[in-house]
Amino acid sequence: MTQRTTDITVGLFMLAGLAALLFLALQVSGLSPKSAQSTYTIYADFNDTGGITPRGRVSMAGVTVGSIDSITLNKETFQARVAMSIHGDVDNIPADSAAVIRTSGLLGEQYIDISIGGEMDSLKPGDTFYSTQSAMNIERLISNFASGK
Amino acid sequence: MIDRIASFGRSGADLIISLGRAGRFLAGVLSGVPRPATGFPLLMKQLYSVGVLSLAIIVVSGLFIGMVLGLQGYTILSDFGSEAAIGQMIALTLVRELGPVVTALLFAGRAGSALTAEIGLMKATEQLSSMEMMGVDPLRRVIAPRLWAGFIAMPVLAIIFSMVGIWGGMLVGVEWLGVFEGSYWGNMQASVDFWDDVVNGVIKSVVFGFVCAWIAVYQGYDCVPTSAGISSATTKTVVYSSLAVLGLDFVLTAVMFGNF
Repeated sequence: MTQRTTDITVGLFMLAGLAALLFLALQVSGLSPKSAQSTYTIYADFNDTGGITPRGRVSMAGVTVGSIDSITLNKETFQARVAMSIHGDVDNIPADSAAVIRTSGLLGEQYIDISIGGEMDSLKPGDTFYSTQSAMNIERLISNFASGK
Repeated sequence: MIDRIASFGRSGADLIISLGRAGRFLAGVLSGVPRPATGFPLLMKQLYSVGVLSLAIIVVSGLFIGMVLGLQGYTILSDFGSEAAIGQMIALTLVRELGPVVTALLFAGRAGSALTAEIGLMKATEQLSSMEMMGVDPLRRVIAPRLWAGFIAMPVLAIIFSMVGIWGGMLVGVEWLGVFEGSYWGNMQASVDFWDDVVNGVIKSVVFGFVCAWIAVYQGYDCVPTSAGISSATTKTVVYSSLAVLGLDFVLTAVMFGNF
């Protein structure tokens, strides 16, 4: 086999590898160029974050509008402070909206749902949600039910 | 009794000596400044025999492993009524674990053993020492292109393996068992992260490629130059590479995905 044919086959081989990487990036992991869009950060304080994790979903009416950045403990109030980055084009969340931790399906992952308020002002970058609703805890529900509360 | 203790000690010392020799060998191979004019065609030739010729076994195994994952995953997940999650199960298993690991095992068996046997026979027929006599450094002329070829070819093969596997899983899951195609890809895209999953899998395969190629060329270069020596060196290549890949995989997985 001549050097030229070897070079061409190896070149095709490397191209196939690149194409496969592109497939993994675009089709499998859903990486799209617009994922680098601008975001702004808002905060919410929860009594119980349940099972939400960083990189988790933040949605509004079922549409994903952002992701969870970090979950830290506020040592003064003993509440969890969740930082979430919201897509820059969703800049009109009413200031009295509530952040609610919900579960998708019966046993699915937990995510933050923004339940819309009625105020005309909207949340600005760095603001904190006025009201929150913590994760539903099935064990607590059952024990409350059993003790008749 | 004394003899036994002595032989135990000797085998320990031998192990450390051979590790040291392997390290010195690696440093010798990598320290040579590559000359593009002569080195590049040699590298191409090795990439062809190590990479392109391994493509067939990688594609066929990837296809069948993806199909088996699809079939098994469907049987297990349909018990919980969540067969739509089959896409993310197949993609995560392949991209994170099976892609790099199975490719490395096949690579050690297909390409690593051939490298060892080739270099071992060169040593047995004194081609390496005659090169030295002519003033050609065999580490640079023979060993370095093979090491680099393994290092470059392995990630490419692993990526192709994962892609073919995911496609094979789709053949079984979507075409045969009737999972909705939208949820196959949609669940996959929602759960697979490019940097955390795909890139970490590629990093794994880079490490495996380096280790497999290093073991293969070192065993060939260091073998006893007889037919029995070459055969035992070839066996050692496959055994050591497989063990190193599986052990390293655990360490890498713990580092990459273990931070709960």
